[in-house]
Amino acid sequence: MDIDNANTTAITRLMEARPILKGVAAAKDVIPGMRDNLFLHAGPPIEWARMSGPLRGAIIGAMLFEGIAASEAEAVSMVERGEVEFDSCHHHGAVGPMAGVTSASMKVYVVENAEHGNKSFSNLNEGYGKVLRYGAYSEEVLKKLHWMNDVLGEALANALANSSGIDMRALIAEALHMGDEGHNRNKAGSLLFLKSLAPLIAKTMKDASAMSEVLQFLGDNALSVLNPVMAACKAMTDAAHGVEGSTIVTTMARNGTDFGIRVSGLDAKQWFTAPAEIPVGLFFSGFSQADANPDIGDSAITETAGIGGFAMATAPAIVTFVGGTPKDAMNATLEMYEITFAESKYFTMPSLDFRGTPTGIDIRKVVELGITPRINTGIAHKNAGVGQVGAGLVRPPLAIFEQALLAYAEKYGL
Amino acid sequence: MTAIKWHVRAGAYYDSVVLMQLQRGLLELNGVLDAGVVMATPANRDLLAANNLLPESITANPDDLLIVVKADDDAAAANAIGQVDELLARRKSSHSQSFLEFRPRSLSAAVKQLPQANWVLVSVPGRYAAGVAREALELGKHVFLYSDNVSLEDEIALKKTAREKGLLVMGPDCGTAIINGVGLGFANRVRRGAIGVVGASGTGTQAVTAHIHHLGGGISHAIGTGGRDLKSEVGAVTAHQALEALARDDETKVIVLISKPPAPDVAAQLISAAQSTGKPAVIYFIGYPPPARKIGNLRFAISLSEAAEIAVRELEDLRIEGSSILQSPNSRYVRGLFSGGTLAYEMMVGLQASLSPLFSNSPITNSQNLEDPLHSKAHTIIDLGDEFFMVGRLHPMIDNDLRIRRMRQEAADPETGMILFDVVLGEGAHLDPAGELTPVIKELREKRSGELEFVAVVIGTEDDPQNLQSQISQLEEAGVKVFRTAAEAVEYVSLKFNTNKKNGFTPVDLEQLKQPLAGINVGLESFYESLISQGAQAVHVEWKPPAGGNEKMAALLAKMKSKKEN
Repeated sequence: MDIDNANTTAITRLMEARPILKGVAAAKDVIPGMRDNLFLHAGPPIEWARMSGPLRGAIIGAMLFEGIAASEAEAVSMVERGEVEFDSCHHHGAVGPMAGVTSASMKVYVVENAEHGNKSFSNLNEGYGKVLRYGAYSEEVLKKLHWMNDVLGEALANALANSSGIDMRALIAEALHMGDEGHNRNKAGSLLFLKSLAPLIAKTMKDASAMSEVLQFLGDNALSVLNPVMAACKAMTDAAHGVEGSTIVTTMARNGTDFGIRVSGLDAKQWFTAPAEIPVGLFFSGFSQADANPDIGDSAITETAGIGGFAMATAPAIVTFVGGTPKDAMNATLEMYEITFAESKYFTMPSLDFRGTPTGIDIRKVVELGITPRINTGIAHKNAGVGQVGAGLVRPPLAIFEQALLAYAEKYGL
Repeated sequence: MTAIKWHVRAGAYYDSVVLMQLQRGLLELNGVLDAGVVMATPANRDLLAANNLLPESITANPDDLLIVVKADDDAAAANAIGQVDELLARRKSSHSQSFLEFRPRSLSAAVKQLPQANWVLVSVPGRYAAGVAREALELGKHVFLYSDNVSLEDEIALKKTAREKGLLVMGPDCGTAIINGVGLGFANRVRRGAIGVVGASGTGTQAVTAHIHHLGGGISHAIGTGGRDLKSEVGAVTAHQALEALARDDETKVIVLISKPPAPDVAAQLISAAQSTGKPAVIYFIGYPPPARKIGNLRFAISLSEAAEIAVRELEDLRIEGSSILQSPNSRYVRGLFSGGTLAYEMMVGLQASLSPLFSNSPITNSQNLEDPLHSKAHTIIDLGDEFFMVGRLHPMIDNDLRIRRMRQEAADPETGMILFDVVLGEGAHLDPAGELTPVIKELREKRSGELEFVAVVIGTEDDPQNLQSQISQLEEAGVKVFRTAAEAVEYVSLKFNTNKKNGFTPVDLEQLKQPLAGINVGLESFYESLISQGAQAVHVEWKPPAGGNEKMAALLAKMKSKKEN
């Protein structure tokens, strides 16, 4: 077995994957294994007792949204009686930002990898303020979720059904040339997304004022495209998973308590986890580092696929997150070349002479150099329902890469 | 008569600013009158046509990059078109300069940052150094290995890999080198010139190069080998590669080879290789008796400063008498049968440098001791006047019987290719030694049908009883090559037995060696600063022990690496 050959195979699959946004549908209709009492969440699997505030809040909110509980108290007691089940989004081809909670009737984006045929899913982005993904479940949060499911979701589903889909790889590549890194900054990508969707929506929506609301919502939310981008990254990284002998990381995800990774050459259910760290960054006024929850969300799938924090060099507008100067941003990307196996063929950065983004984290390099991946991230308040309090940078614990290396050695008899 | 040439590049997309820059670069070239660089859209084609830059025969799609050059003549236009890639790349490398300051942690990242790097300087602690050097070789880079405490096994393995790839490993424990005018490690700032140095001693190289500079000469390259390169186990791999490269290098007119005393077999091969360069080569093996002042194109120095002086002088003279490699080299062994003990000993001193293995009953070193004086092996020089042979016998200067019998014995050995002997005339000596020896010599030469050569050193004067001239004539008439001094005989024999073996290495790419030096420094930061201050491009690797010194993880990673190689 040649590790480099295996990794080349994995990386080629990752880069050649062609994620196309094909549609929007109810989770239970499209996500494999989805059922009414199952609640998917971000990060590695976790039991209720160990869940952090934002994740618990989001689960309570989703149970209220689904109507299986009438109150917070009822939801909690149902959970404690074991009447609902939890699982990692990643076990179902899905990803969700922050809490990432996805329930049976929620509408999700359906992305299909035209190259290898695998599918991936992500919920719809709620925008800013009090939102479920940060653990909020007030009346207004639920009301917005219902509008999103019924009006926005319906509109998107009809629009996409009438199209050949949106080529997400091309969209990401273009957005990277417009100042996005694809994780914390999705302004350009969201506008490109709106540009593609608007004519399709106009063609299929009858009600002009509802259409106006939908377009306004998509346009106002600079994170509109984050979820389909994540689903696209998921489709790419899933295509790279399961290559015998490969040491490439195919998942990085956090559930607010643990940070977990999976590796291509190891079992799909084999997570390597350690306590998630608290991100360091800039805080909205009135909040500080003390309010921050440990790292949460599946959005690190973007870095896993070679964008996000790895493509900082192309996103000068958000350099304040990494030290303040464009040079710091450049150095952030240059550092990630150290631990990646390849450079992207399709995602390039003008500031680095159109060099491809660092792609495919190699656990060998992480352990050898002691450099962990840089992840750009939003920061959640540690209490359920408060929402986002800032944004910044986080790195996974080195220990999980060491664990993965040991497991690899055991599996392959090294 | 103006000429127009064009180039169409399909499927290439460059930002328009890049294209404008390329166009400007083309206009700056000699003989270029006008140039157009555009994506071949209808609008752009119209633009070119308006400037008379669109010959009708051009076919290009709107997605194609179209480059048109109008010049004084065909050659100038073709030259301009030929420079397109370079002009595009030039923009790239000057741009990348701005992020060369980033300090990567791994060699592989450094190489991506400075792809044109041709050297990796390694000065990390010894137990990690071989690993870094190995990685550098795998990445196709020459290695300057300053670190010491690298095991002999690692050195041998590294150099084996290097010679297969046509790369140099200078070191371990190599302190000094000057490549293409840039000093690596500890090196003096010396002018560039035509003297190439191969040095197994860092300070020795410094002393020689500085003195050459002082004398008005200059250095093409000074290639270090590391102190152990000339040990038998290593076999002077780097020194051989360096000699071979300097031989091909047009800039290098004179070669200096310096080392602490090498192993005898290694010295012999190196001298042979130095002869094969065909360039004047000055050799100073510190503490090793010089075999002669000169042997063919070789000059032997007795001090570092003299090595420099000879090199500068040779450069001024630059007169080697034709090719120093003799026709029809002798691939068998020389057997020397001497009546004069001192002549035998001088022959040993002279030949030990270039013949290996060499034995004698009158050895200079223990390893040359011929256990059984009655039987020669390999190259052998016998002192027949030694008391071992003298029991109940007359001295061979008086009695030729012993020597004749030994000549027959040697001639019967098919491994013998040359019989070397002395004829010492004068009072008290045999009255006609040539008269007794030549019939036998003729007979033996006939028996071996010309594959056995006879060489004699004749000591005497015209006034001697034997008459020098008549003795020489007899010998020459019998086909013996006659010399009047041992030194001349040493030179002849050395050149005759130059095996001039092809070493089978992949030759070092000279073009790469001549590229502006760009280096990746792993270890001592001062080496990086030195490169920068000399105007070389360099990247410094912020090196740390693998896995942060976690032995278990490091061992695992090493296993995974070795697995890859299998």
